[in-house]
Amino acid sequence: MPAITLTINNDLISARQGQTLLEVAREHGIEIPTLCHLDGLEAMGGCRLCLVELQGAPRPVPSCVTKAAEGMVVTTHSDKLVEYRKMLVELLLAERTHTCSICVQNNNCELQTLAAKLGIDHVRFDYLHQQLPMDASRERFALDHNRCVLCLRCVRVCDAVEGAHTWDVRGRGSTSRIVADLDRPWGTSTSCTDCGKCVQLCPTGALFKKGATVGEMKKERSFLNRILERRRLAAQGGTP
Amino acid sequence: MNRVELAELAETVTAQQQSCRLRLLVCCGTPCVAAGAEAVVAALREKLAALGNPADLELVGTGCQGPCSRGPLLTVLRPGQPEQVWQKTTPELAVSILEAELQQAPVPDENLLPADWPFFTRQTRLVLANSGRIDPENLEQYIACGGYESLAQVLHDMTPDQACDSVVQSGLRGRGGGGYPTGLKWQLVRKGSGSRKFIVANGDEGDPGAYMDRSLMESDPHRILEGIAIAGYAIGAEQGYIYVRGEYPVAAQRLRKAIKDAERAGLLGSRVLDSSFSFRIDIRIGAGAFVCGEETALLASIMGRRGQPRIRPPYPAEAGLWGCPTLINNVETFGNIPSIFSIGPQAFNAIGNGKSRGTKVFALCGEVVNNGLIEVPMGIPLREIVFEIGGGLANGAAFKAAQTGGPSGGCIPAEKLDTPVDYENLQALGSIMGSGGLIVMGEQSCMVDVARFFMEFCLDESCGKCVPCRTGTVEIYRLLSRICNGSASQRDLQTLEQLCQMVKDTSLCGLGAAAPNPVLSTLRWFRAEYEAHVSQRRCPAGVCTMDQLPLHLLGEQLLQRIAALRCDGEGY
Amino acid sequence: MSRLRLATAWLGGCSGCHMSFLDLGEQLIEISDAIELVYGPLVDAKEFPEGMDVTLIEGAVANFENLELLQQIRKRSKLLISFGDCAITGNVTSLRNFFSVDDLLTAVYHAGPGSAPRSDEADQVLPELLPRVLPLHQVVEVDAYIPGCPPDPERILAVLSSLLKGEAVTLSEVQRSFG
Repeated sequence: MPAITLTINNDLISARQGQTLLEVAREHGIEIPTLCHLDGLEAMGGCRLCLVELQGAPRPVPSCVTKAAEGMVVTTHSDKLVEYRKMLVELLLAERTHTCSICVQNNNCELQTLAAKLGIDHVRFDYLHQQLPMDASRERFALDHNRCVLCLRCVRVCDAVEGAHTWDVRGRGSTSRIVADLDRPWGTSTSCTDCGKCVQLCPTGALFKKGATVGEMKKERSFLNRILERRRLAAQGGTP
Repeated sequence: MNRVELAELAETVTAQQQSCRLRLLVCCGTPCVAAGAEAVVAALREKLAALGNPADLELVGTGCQGPCSRGPLLTVLRPGQPEQVWQKTTPELAVSILEAELQQAPVPDENLLPADWPFFTRQTRLVLANSGRIDPENLEQYIACGGYESLAQVLHDMTPDQACDSVVQSGLRGRGGGGYPTGLKWQLVRKGSGSRKFIVANGDEGDPGAYMDRSLMESDPHRILEGIAIAGYAIGAEQGYIYVRGEYPVAAQRLRKAIKDAERAGLLGSRVLDSSFSFRIDIRIGAGAFVCGEETALLASIMGRRGQPRIRPPYPAEAGLWGCPTLINNVETFGNIPSIFSIGPQAFNAIGNGKSRGTKVFALCGEVVNNGLIEVPMGIPLREIVFEIGGGLANGAAFKAAQTGGPSGGCIPAEKLDTPVDYENLQALGSIMGSGGLIVMGEQSCMVDVARFFMEFCLDESCGKCVPCRTGTVEIYRLLSRICNGSASQRDLQTLEQLCQMVKDTSLCGLGAAAPNPVLSTLRWFRAEYEAHVSQRRCPAGVCTMDQLPLHLLGEQLLQRIAALRCDGEGY
Repeated sequence: MSRLRLATAWLGGCSGCHMSFLDLGEQLIEISDAIELVYGPLVDAKEFPEGMDVTLIEGAVANFENLELLQQIRKRSKLLISFGDCAITGNVTSLRNFFSVDDLLTAVYHAGPGSAPRSDEADQVLPELLPRVLPLHQVVEVDAYIPGCPPDPERILAVLSSLLKGEAVTLSEVQRSFG
């Protein structure tokens, strides 16, 4: 693959054609926060945390989808970006009712970690306290909308990896909600295979295993790249 | 139909129209219908029937004639004489006008609009040339106005490249608000790879107070079809879609009829005008989401997916409908295309100011004397629109601001009234040209309240995909509500500014990125009004009720209340 | 050297943050040379004193009494610190924000088995609930935050130590997570 050279945070860095800015940055030990992004899933660009400044671009660009190009000049941690990221996570914390202390995923939560990492010690916006339901109709799993950040990892993995497309979104704006099978209780979904991929990829305690109590829900994500790698090999005719 | 037949038909219909002693054009645009235009038409029809429907008297129900607040409108055409326009006609007045004309008696004139009325004389009508002059459901009348002649010219005399070049030379830019050079976009799609290409006309007009596109689709549907067909030839597409918002049933129905009529006449479909070019147009109806006016969301909606924007690039010009190169233009942009070829790109380019060429249609509304739909040359000073065409503010109120660009635009203050209205100048003022909504506001409008209104619209219409737009708009709305109800602190004002800037810089699509504009522009030009709300708990315009207390004052009040209770030995 | 005048206060919370404070154990004795605890649930003082150097406040602002005390504290303290998640986010205390106060009181006290009759007396004696539970920083200026439910003794010590050294309060990444 042809190599290209670009500047990230004043350092000249070489990258391969086709890599995203996020991949290049991570390869070089530059940590850009992400939430909706997950290696192996199609990029969505919804959380906006991975925005970086690109010289010549009028507005920051999402590094998860922007391809590295020769001569690009990129800044990943300007004061403005750092502040914007804080505000974005604060917005997420205010939007739904996360209440870490009573969450199944307390201390294992990507949103919680992200907030601490970004130095958020309080939220400057009003907590919206939308009263949202919980769907515990499925035998093994449950969904608590109050903890959902609408990253849509569940929707994407169910569609693209499991092939079931059980999950989708209804409504719009801040009333958007994840729904199973055209908005039925998850327990009555006929498309869901109970594979649990969505549960494992959910960054917060929105999707969880029943029976887990506060802080007990730990998630295991390595399966995703294993599956995708085996599929890739199989498609090439190799032995998985 | 071939080109010769087209020209012959145009000649025949024109001759027949010119042979009429009297042509009565009754505006049947939505506002005039609401004001009673149908009764006027019925009365005139009855009268004509009583006269035996003479061939030299013609009654036409037209699309929008313009000054909507003056409806029902009646335009009278007599060969060799200046045309006359009556406002606020009633069935009785219309019949008496007809009778007086027939007897060549003096016509009652109290409702006659003056011949030199600036509302008409200051306009330059290209896109709206036929609006209000023809029956929108009558193909022949469109053809008599030179309709489909531009298409014939392009198909027979020009290569697709030449057609693209003409649009480039015209200097036309996107009329949906973005202002991207149309010709450049055409060339991009033309060069796009792939065996299939598509054209999409964006008729998902949704800005509060804007109805240019609806009026154009309802008043002159064939013009849009012709523009799309020309684009189809120029970029090499065989299929076009018009995406009409669901709230515009009349527009959709007229476009459907127009497509059918044009196909029957050989002006669309296989082998258009006996050329080797085939082109189909279909209608797609939106389901009421403002965000579907955003091009990638619109494409998703056409393909039957959730109407949600996606990250660009790739732009639709590279990968649009089903991954094929797709040209998306606003219906008004397509409405300009036939004019570019009929008057020539140079003549088109001669109109306008700076990098903004041609004309722009505006829906002029708000506290202005003459509400209505107008088409003006780019670069016209805002003052001329408001005070000459618009006739100034109603009830003699003082001008405070003009809002352009709807929820994505901003407010222009009185001191900037002499600004030429074009893409660059409006942007420099923190507003945008937008699709053409122009709301005039007087001293009675509170700018914080106005900003809050637009923010409520945006939070409702956000698709929910990206965080800043989904949640940021809600928090901005809450901050504005606090300012309006008197409970905001100075820190809320700071947070408001920070949040607006963040939402503007980080949102995924244009809806979110532009959503803070009404707030930022009012903060820029009317900051004192915000300050008065926050520091003095006073709404200078007298709109906001200020019935809440900020928490620190609430606490003070409470302490006093508690102290009083204690003295009385009550409670505590 | 005069000792740092410290107060603690307990608004709408479970007192867990104060328990965690006590969990400082022996370290409390070590810092007692430098710190004088003059007000709070752990000491016997009725009136919030003037001239506080630092006040740690546990709990969210849930009723008018909380609001009154908080504003008094703000006036009488140089530094005001939100102590624990309830003070910072509203946490569990704010879960009642899903409901209106009236619905809530009716559901809890006046409906169902064993319900209490409505009484004017109770309404006069008990402090009136605010329409919404609020974090402290939405009511007054807050100078620093100690997140956690409850915050570990280590976090509390880290904050007190930096205060004693006259430094700005900064917690490390692992010490500032909610929950």
